[in-house]
Amino acid sequence: MLRNLECKSMFKTYPSEPQVTGLALAGLKPVESAPADRKSATFMPEQKSAETESSTSSSATENAVVSINNLSVHIGKKPVLNDINLEIMPGQVTALLGPNGAGKSTLLKSLCQETELSAGSISMLGKPLHNWNRAELAKSLAVLPQHASLTFPFKVHEVVQMGLYPLSISQQQGLEIVDKQLQQVALSALKYRSYPTLSGGEKQRVQLARVLTQLAQAESTPILLLDEPTSALDLAQQHRVLELAHTLAHKHNYCVIVVLHDLNQACRYADRLVILEQGEVVSDGKPAEALTADIIEKVWHYKPTLVIDPNNKLPLIF
Amino acid sequence: MENQRWLWPCLLTGLVITSLLSVSIGPLQISPYTSFNAMVNWATGQELASVAPHEQLVINNVRLPRTILALAVGATLAQCGAVMQGLFRNPLADPGIIGVSSGAALGAAICIVLFPNGGEYLVAFSAFVAGLATTLIVYRLAASPSGTSVVLLLLSGVAVAALAGAGIGVLTYMANDMALRDLTLWQMGSVAGAQWHYVILSLIALAVISWQFNQSAKALNALLLGEAEARHLGLDVDKLKLKLIVLCAIGVGIAVAATGIIGFIGLVVPHLVRMIIGPDHRLLLPLSAMLGAAILVVADIGARSIVAPSELPVGLVTALLGAPFFIILLLKQRNKLV
Repeated sequence: MLRNLECKSMFKTYPSEPQVTGLALAGLKPVESAPADRKSATFMPEQKSAETESSTSSSATENAVVSINNLSVHIGKKPVLNDINLEIMPGQVTALLGPNGAGKSTLLKSLCQETELSAGSISMLGKPLHNWNRAELAKSLAVLPQHASLTFPFKVHEVVQMGLYPLSISQQQGLEIVDKQLQQVALSALKYRSYPTLSGGEKQRVQLARVLTQLAQAESTPILLLDEPTSALDLAQQHRVLELAHTLAHKHNYCVIVVLHDLNQACRYADRLVILEQGEVVSDGKPAEALTADIIEKVWHYKPTLVIDPNNKLPLIF
Repeated sequence: MENQRWLWPCLLTGLVITSLLSVSIGPLQISPYTSFNAMVNWATGQELASVAPHEQLVINNVRLPRTILALAVGATLAQCGAVMQGLFRNPLADPGIIGVSSGAALGAAICIVLFPNGGEYLVAFSAFVAGLATTLIVYRLAASPSGTSVVLLLLSGVAVAALAGAGIGVLTYMANDMALRDLTLWQMGSVAGAQWHYVILSLIALAVISWQFNQSAKALNALLLGEAEARHLGLDVDKLKLKLIVLCAIGVGIAVAATGIIGFIGLVVPHLVRMIIGPDHRLLLPLSAMLGAAILVVADIGARSIVAPSELPVGLVTALLGAPFFIILLLKQRNKLV
């Protein structure tokens, strides 16, 4: 079933590796709407095929994967989030934006049950968050931490294997998944390296492979939370990680929620921007609609130069 | 991966050889061959091989319980050390960090000084109870509605240990000469005078904790990623922590009750094993158990040979061996810690 998912690997592959068969996520259902002749025609820009697919898949799944209703969070007496209402859809990358202290991280934390809610509720895949069994939810919800503080000298593949923890599969299957995810982030060559000796960017990619391993057998829509995934990466790696997130959402119907600081990256890779200021949603929508010069000035207190990129009609901010 | 292939047979052979030596060496020299025969006799309950009656007696009642106790306690301490280091995600943690040793020492000191006629069982029992109670107090102090903080756990461990130390100080001040000697010796730990019921108790504790730790080995690996990350993997982190801490308290509590305080095994052995095979608890735990058992047996042979016919407390030997090693570890880590 992985045959019809052939697309170009997000990362450059090493010559020693076997031919990468694209986003070969084991256990993932092939996207029905991808006709076989399309991929064999010519090399297709991914955006294009992705958009046609997302339009078909969004009509099939109208329901939001994550529903946030009247959510308020106080830390001590200070309100950090105030009456947030969001419906987050599958097959999209939703970016949370806002200045420092706006509540982005707290929102992400409340999605993964790390903060207590003062009011309101969150439901995932149609079930209130507090009713979920943690181990069950872990098969569908994975979180990429901003910093991973693993100091023990595990090998790279051992770290990725930890993503298998919530899954109940045979060892052989598990090892195959791990190998595929390592290929996907172009780290197969470092499989036996000791994790603490890697560079910050490599560590981040190992963690990404681990998190994707965790979602490899999701029975319902996989939900991927990324907390500033690009902060440790160089420019090319930043784009590759976000491109991967984009592909996962559009080709494999993942629900990707990402906290970002770079507005241009958010415009380019996210389908929807949610802009927070002082714990409230001040703007929400497609990049071109949600991110206007006025909003940027109001939220970030910075007067931007905003032009519209003639190629893709997306805002470019300087 | 390729390391572990030779490590298993090596450790196993080492264990057999050191145990055989431990049974043979002492004031009454018995050849390893004779002691092997004597052990066969003991194990089968029949006289299959001819062994001089006095040698059989010494082996049955002195050497064998002593050796098995050293094996069981060494294995227990090393495994508990490995688990504590994993739990605190700190390679310099040891079982004492949750207050079990200091609590047990205080419990024993109270008995030795205030109830001098209570006998050694009372000392052992109160050491065990006090050790477990101290651990639970430390855990309570660190627990909050949003989970147990490792930093708080460490700090409360330090604070409670200081309090227990002060209590032992007061008792030392009050003690008469006889109690003072008992107290000092007890705090240095010894497997001499091992009795079969302690041996059996230690073996049961070892079996239980080894089995349970082995069940939690994968979860412990995931915990090394970080507590939040482990939670995201679907782990019930607080339940796991409580379970492991209580198991460690029971294991170390029984070990301390049976032998007194034996330091550095729990600190150094897991570290050594980790340097060879890496941090995967599925291997680290059983191999630490084997190495810990072997090292304590060797240390005990040293304890009764160095100043023969007198004996050193084995805790002194492990400290003499372990402390320099610990200093080397600190020096190696210094660059990372600064």
